[in-house]
Amino acid sequence: MALEIAGNIAILGYGLAAIGPGVGVGLIFAAVINGTARQPEAQSKLQSIAWIGFGVTEVLAIIGIALAFVFR
Amino acid sequence: MIAGVSTEFTPPGPESFQLPPIIDGVPWLTKPVLVAFLSVIVIVWFFYGASRKSAVVPSKLQFTGELAYNFVRNSIARDAIGSQEYMKYVPYLCGLFFFMLLNNLAGSIPLIQFPTFSHAGWAYVAAVMSWVIYNAVGIKKHGAWGYFKHQTMPAGVPGWLMPLMIPIEFISNILVRPISLSLRLFANMFAGHLLLGVFVLGGEYLVFESGKVFYAGVGIVTFLMGFAIAGLEVFVQAIQAYIFVVLTAQYIGSAISEEH
Repeated sequence: MALEIAGNIAILGYGLAAIGPGVGVGLIFAAVINGTARQPEAQSKLQSIAWIGFGVTEVLAIIGIALAFVFR
Repeated sequence: MIAGVSTEFTPPGPESFQLPPIIDGVPWLTKPVLVAFLSVIVIVWFFYGASRKSAVVPSKLQFTGELAYNFVRNSIARDAIGSQEYMKYVPYLCGLFFFMLLNNLAGSIPLIQFPTFSHAGWAYVAAVMSWVIYNAVGIKKHGAWGYFKHQTMPAGVPGWLMPLMIPIEFISNILVRPISLSLRLFANMFAGHLLLGVFVLGGEYLVFESGKVFYAGVGIVTFLMGFAIAGLEVFVQAIQAYIFVVLTAQYIGSAISEEH
């Protein structure tokens, strides 16, 4: 039986585009874990900064989703 | 191969978001509009009820209301804008936060299950509103030229770098901010709803319509994964409301700050 894959190659492009933000979000939370381990009382402050950084980084992946639908 | 009742599986796509009007002949009254109206009613009821009988020893409702209000006031507005001028912006930020929180969580409330902001127009309006406010307060504080200088010429950058610096800072601070604000909210809600649809509809298709025993077993796992995704979605919806309001507060704070 021949394997047949149907679909849009833009989705593949989205997968590639999501690598960068994925690494970025990982780095942000790695830094938060490090910071919390070194200075536990700074946790709440670090976390609120981390969510802002998360939002700014994640938007790159999100733009990828939007473009995957635009370029179909 | 077993000949089953196999039919073509159509994955959910952007067309899944095109809902028909609730009443025929009233084209503007769609589900998101209804959800937005309901959320406003719930918010007004909640805060009116919480603040109507203010007492020194608070009732449960008053306590919850104060907790919710204090969260926005202290940990969003005061931290981002600074303790001098934050009170002016608390009403906007508080209203925005609870409107977004309820409309996002509508994507997880049974029987409603449609996040209002998965229609891009709602997100555009919310982002443009924040954009107008932070630019307006910045221009009011520094004057038009002063505000332009404030946003595009960071202190301590040598003069010969300015031709490079001004366009970059202008694009990132003035042009891209409303786009990224609205796209972040819209696409998170859109993608979350789509993901949930893929898992639930895909699981249903594999179990009942693929007509193969092995696929049915996989389908049950897929369907159960949908529950985990639904839990993740509740988290994402709350976080996105928070991020939108925190970033709005940050932008206001940076627009009215004295120096960098």
